[in-house]
Amino acid sequence: MRRWLAVYAAAFFAFLHLPLVTLAAFSFNSSRFTVWEGFSLDWYRAMFENPQLVEGAWNSAIIALAATAAATVVGTLCAYGLWKRRSPALTGSMYLSLVTPEIVTGISLLALFQWTFRWLDWRLGMHTVILAHVAFSVPYAVIVVLSRLRTMNAGLEEAAMDLGATEWQAFRYVTLPSLIPGIIAAALLALTVSFDDYVITSMVAGVDSETLPMVIYAMARRGASPVINAASALITVVFGLLILISERMREA
Amino acid sequence: MKLRTWFLLPAWLWMAALLAAPMAIVLAYSFLTRGTYGGIEQPWTVESYQRLLDPLYVAIYLRSFAMAAAATAICLVLGFPAALFIARASRRKNFYLQLVLLPFWTSFLVRTYAWLFLLRDTGLINSALLALGIIEQPLPMLYNDGAVLLGLVYGYLPFMVLPIYAVLERMDLTVEEAAADLGARPLSTLFRVTIPIAKPGIVAGCVLVFIPSLGAFLTPDLLGGGQTILIGNLVQNQFTTARDWPFGAAVSVVLMLLVAALVWTFLRRQSESIA
Repeated sequence: MRRWLAVYAAAFFAFLHLPLVTLAAFSFNSSRFTVWEGFSLDWYRAMFENPQLVEGAWNSAIIALAATAAATVVGTLCAYGLWKRRSPALTGSMYLSLVTPEIVTGISLLALFQWTFRWLDWRLGMHTVILAHVAFSVPYAVIVVLSRLRTMNAGLEEAAMDLGATEWQAFRYVTLPSLIPGIIAAALLALTVSFDDYVITSMVAGVDSETLPMVIYAMARRGASPVINAASALITVVFGLLILISERMREA
Repeated sequence: MKLRTWFLLPAWLWMAALLAAPMAIVLAYSFLTRGTYGGIEQPWTVESYQRLLDPLYVAIYLRSFAMAAAATAICLVLGFPAALFIARASRRKNFYLQLVLLPFWTSFLVRTYAWLFLLRDTGLINSALLALGIIEQPLPMLYNDGAVLLGLVYGYLPFMVLPIYAVLERMDLTVEEAAADLGARPLSTLFRVTIPIAKPGIVAGCVLVFIPSLGAFLTPDLLGGGQTILIGNLVQNQFTTARDWPFGAAVSVVLMLLVAALVWTFLRRQSESIA
């Protein structure tokens, strides 16, 4: 039975990885059709010369960086607060946010933004997308930082305070330094979930805030193209590396 | 004020402005009337909920349930042996876990697009079969229920593997040895010892796959090509093309209630099994 299990596992891992590997392989194909004709980097060149893809990538980068910064700060502070004392309402909200179907999050944020337009002079655009990304990435940051805090010794802060440190000093000089790897891991995770999102973004984006996933999605709906293969391969490699770094940080 | 109170302030703000407020607005909209040019108008009404009872929409809910259930069942059948393999591997457990997790964290959109690339008429599988002379015409593999199901299974498979692995990893292996010593064959040990012990992980995995499958939008849209309308597509359609926000809001509210009921039942079971 052991041997069968190993054979099955090999097939299972192939099923998980082969689609992505062939996708990446065909981004180096010189033909536009799905027949191998020879190695070329033409599609990568075409990708960097496609103004929509380049603009989408820029927008995605700006949005992901801004949302990650905000979500990491909010998430870290929240995790620290929850580590000190439980708050069922906040913890429940985190889980509620995580189990809400993306499309429901998308339309509810759209409804909220449209509602504020009655009083506030702004429209759908980069800042609504950034706010939406903060909305869905905060729980990821909280969970990662909190899991790091749970491995730490709460007695250290008490010792610091017995020795005369203020609450802030205990946080700043005792807890925060050893929390850094967890915070970096949380930021990297928030960055990937933000950069990848299509469903929520497509609901709250305006004309000037098309993100890379939105451009890829629109191209994919018109049919596959080697340029999307190239973009996909690049995204997979870059974010695969980011996630590996993030995992290392969580274990550090 | 204590430090941790200050620290929790941004999170409370996040909860109020970006979680509670949007949900409250959706709930309110679901009881309003569709505006002449889209948007919403007075008076308050339950008409949107009454429309949901139309067999057309009930069928969409049932189809989404069937699709999510099928995806969950396939994930369980495919994921359990994989979790068992990783849990029992004598070395490189972490490497195998990474193999499961890595494609999962990269990009959901890219992973779904990969199947579009493989399955479409001029895709890799059809091109290969045509070139080999096995088929004359490309097989229509994309834009049907099967493609959507495949996309859901591929997308959420790691959600099934991880919790089952977590239980099997902690399991006391001497129980299996005892079963074997008492004359149980490997398969009956599996079904009568290992699987019952792994049940909490199996239940958790099923919930984690079923919930996102039930509200899926991207997979049915991209791989179903508008042929397979699930709840997620219905919601998106009401807020975009159809411009019937109250009805879209009502569909969302019912979906959220279903998800909340599932999660609540699951959490209660979990706390009971611990107690």
